[in-house]
This record gives sequence, C-alpha cells and structure tokens, in this order.
Amino acid sequence: MSALLEVQGLTVRFGGLCALNDLSLRAQPGEILGLIGPNGAGKTTFINAVTGAVKATGSVNFNGRSISGLQSFKIARLGLARTYQIVQPFPEMSALDNVAAGALFSGAAPSLAKAREQAEAVLEQVGLGREAHSFAEELTLAQRKRLEVAKGLASNPRMLLLDEVNAGLNAAEIDEALQLIRSIAAAGVAILLVEHLMRVVSGLCHRVIVLHHGRMIADGQPARVLADEAVIEAYLGRRYAERMTVAVGG
Amino acid sequence: MSERWMVGFATTAAIGAALGLLYWAGAYELRLGTILAMYIALATGWNLIGGMAGYPSFATAAFFGLGAYAGTLTQVKGVPMVLAWTFAAVVAATVALAIGWIVLRLRGHYFAIASFAVVIVLREVATNWTGLTGGGMGVSLPMLQSSMLAQARLFFAAQAVLAALAVAISLFVAYSKLGFALGCIRQNESAAGMLGLDARRAKTAAFCISSAITGAAGAIYASSIFYIDPSDVFDILLSVKPIIMAMLGGAGTVAGPILGATLFMILEQTVWANFLSVHSAILGALVVVIAMFVPRGLFGRRLRRRLA
Repeated sequence: MSALLEVQGLTVRFGGLCALNDLSLRAQPGEILGLIGPNGAGKTTFINAVTGAVKATGSVNFNGRSISGLQSFKIARLGLARTYQIVQPFPEMSALDNVAAGALFSGAAPSLAKAREQAEAVLEQVGLGREAHSFAEELTLAQRKRLEVAKGLASNPRMLLLDEVNAGLNAAEIDEALQLIRSIAAAGVAILLVEHLMRVVSGLCHRVIVLHHGRMIADGQPARVLADEAVIEAYLGRRYAERMTVAVGG
Repeated sequence: MSERWMVGFATTAAIGAALGLLYWAGAYELRLGTILAMYIALATGWNLIGGMAGYPSFATAAFFGLGAYAGTLTQVKGVPMVLAWTFAAVVAATVALAIGWIVLRLRGHYFAIASFAVVIVLREVATNWTGLTGGGMGVSLPMLQSSMLAQARLFFAAQAVLAALAVAISLFVAYSKLGFALGCIRQNESAAGMLGLDARRAKTAAFCISSAITGAAGAIYASSIFYIDPSDVFDILLSVKPIIMAMLGGAGTVAGPILGATLFMILEQTVWANFLSVHSAILGALVVVIAMFVPRGLFGRRLRRRLA
C-alpha cells in the first residue's frame, strides 16, 4: 500500500545548525502519528519543511506526487493542512469567517457564501458553534486552538499536521480535543501530532516518532517507544520511566 | 437594512450635489469639486492596496504621473480624450502588474520604501527621456475651443465619474472573494498562505486595480490643466495625501476614504489657505496626530465592525 505522505531524507539547515537531519517517514490515511522530542528537536521545523514554509533538501511525496519545493499555498490546496503552535487567527474576523477562509482558499468551497455555509458545519463539529460570530481575538486560548483545527479542517484535508494543539489546555479541554482528533482520523484523515503530553501520545497515537537534535531516534508503537532507553535518556527522563515501570508493574 | 438605506441616501446626495454643481455652479466651485472628486478617486484607489491589503504604498504619485504622461502623449498624437484616459488606466495597470509582482514580495516598511522608489525612478525617466516626454520642459496639450465654464464642467464630470467608478469598484471588491482575501492578507499573510491563498496574486490584483484608477485620475488631471511636467505630476505629495485621507476616514473601509478625502479637502481649503508658509508642517503634524490617536481613522472601527 502506498503511503499518503512519504518523506525521504528530509534535511533542514539554518547556517551551521542542522535542525533536521536526514529524516524519513511515511503516514497512511486515517493514521494518527505522534511526533515527540525535547524542545528544539526539530518537530515544528519538520512541519515547516513539509508545508514549504522553510527550505529543505530531500524528497516529500504527498498523495502520489512530489511536493518538494512547492509553494505553501499550493501544498495546502493539495490537502495538506497545518495548525500553528502559536495560534494564528485573523483577529478582526469572526470565528465563522476565519474558518470560511480555510474552506475558500483551499478550493473546498467555490464561493464565499458556500465557504461560510461549510464553516458553520465545521464550527459545530469542533464545538465552537456558539462562538461563530465572536471575533477571533475575543476567544479563549482553548477556543482559539480549536479554531486553528477548524480552519485546517474546513479545507477538507487528506492530512492534518497539528502543532501542539493541546498545550495550555486543562484536563477537560484535552479530553474534548482527543475526541475531536479521533473523530477526524476515523473519517480517513491522516494526522501528525506534535505533542508534549504523554497521556495524549499514549492514548491516541497509533505510532510515535521521537526526534532529538534533528534526528529520529525511535519509531514504533507508543508503549514500545516510550520504554526505549534512548528515548528515556534524551527526552522523558529517568524519573518518568521509573514511574511508568511502577505503574505498569503494579 | 439601515446600512443599505444609508448607502442609498449618501449615493443620492452625492449624485444630487454633482448635478447641482454641473448646472448652477461657477468655474471656481466646479474646480473645487473636481479636486474633491480626484481626491476621492485617489484615496479610494490607495485604499485597495494600502487599506484593504495593508500594504502601505507610496507609489500613488508614480501611477498618477504615468497616467498623466500616457494620456497626454496619446492625446498629442491625436487620440480622442476619453480614449486617451482609458489608455492611461491600462498603461498604469500594466506597469503596476510588472512592478507589483516584484515589490509586493516585500512587506511593511520595506514595501513602503520600494514603492516610494518607483515614484523617483519614473520621475527620472520622465525627466531624462526628452525625446518622448519633453523632459523637464514638460508637454503641452492643445487648448480646447470651448468656454471656461464648459471646460470646468467637462473635467468635473470626468473626475466625478471616475470617483463614482472607483467607489463602485471598492464596494464590489470589499464584498468579493478578493476583498476577503485582502483582509486575511492584512491580518496574517503567512497564515492565509498556509490555508491555500495565493497571496501574491491577490495583492498584485489589488495593486493593478488601484493603479488603474490612479492612472486615469492623472490623465484627466493632465487634460484639465493642458500642461504637465515631471515635478508636477510625480509630486510626492500626491502619494502622501491619499494616505492621510484614507487613514483620516478609516483605512480598509469603503466609506473611510470618501469621508477622509472630504474632510481633508475642507482642511486644505480653509486652514491651509491661511497658513501657506507652514502648509507642510501642518500636513506633517496631521500625520503624527492620526498615527498616534486615531490609527484606525475617525470612522474606521465602527465601519469595519459593521462590515465584518
């Protein structure tokens, strides 16, 4: 089976710093892929490189065609949507129009009126139905994070790259977000999740990739990866590992 | 509904005022009306790129001058006036397409400076290409064989029609896909790109439309004064004034530039006529005051909220 996203030898350099070193990975439709690692490991750089926001060497194939070197807006139109770690709403527009922008610019909706119609449904889906006419700058952080997801979702993507959509949310909000992500994946959308919360990673991801200093140090099922010596050393820390062992043992 | 009612009322009032001027006013009032109409066209034109897309262009004088020369030189060759004005708009839009494709890569201050440079470059070309433009000596148009009043009426009508056209275009853009895209570009261009918007195309389109309006205004202006030279039609004040007008009224809105141009005209005619020597100082002070206290313009926030 050919993969939806196929990355081969992706490398990004910022001057002397190698932010991403020879990374290769594949993602299948409907798969939830976790991307974890310490700060500065290259997680966001990976998203930027795949979506054309930073220059990279190596090859990226999406849905059977090469998207290496393609401009961001063209990549987005092919069905590869992303969210930003630091939310990027259009502050002076309503939540509805923010989402409509996603539907309109991606080509998912032929007209502004149609885009607003579709946006309404997407806002319902992410639980922002009641906030449709609030200005984006008036939303809470949790709502803005969901708005980011909604903007991406409105473009009717084949794959969503979610950059820390759960950071800064409380436990109840995270539960809602998890349900949302699961339902999106269930509809056949591939998801790449950059995440720091192990609860989310272990409960949600089918597969986890660990980055450290721009290199992939582990790739596999969450339980196995989170028990990996190298991962513990580089990212999770001894005490976390001990706690996990006790929990699993008990 | 009340908004539509207000727009209808304002349109009727504007048409009434224009017709009133045409029938009853003397040459002096008509000339004031002509300047006001030109200001509205220029401010509305600038607003498409500067207000809606948030790209602070100083290139207005460049396309005004370009339009003035394109219109004048074709008229000298015997092309009928209205056709020459149309040609000037097309030339301005075409040059804007080529220049915009390059300078619209820049943002913020960098774009502002690059657009300013366009004025200087075109002015130098007009000054030095003596064979085509007459250089610093300027170009004259043959005088019209009609009365002063008839001429004043003609050029007022021309600028007024252009202003009306500019406002109609602005209104159309504001509610179209393009206007929506420009708003997104102004607020967060890279996020818009990540959603699939070809931002460069949208910006260039706005820049071309804006420049076509500006070029036509320049051509009509040139016809109305029968003589142009580089320092007159490439005057940098022609770039600065529309920005002040649009910002005064509320950049990014349709009504803002119209109200701003009117207010500016009143200021210019009353206060400035009495303080000719410190004219520029007052202009500068006004810019500072607007930027500091009403960055969204006098009518800006309210109008934008309503349009959103």
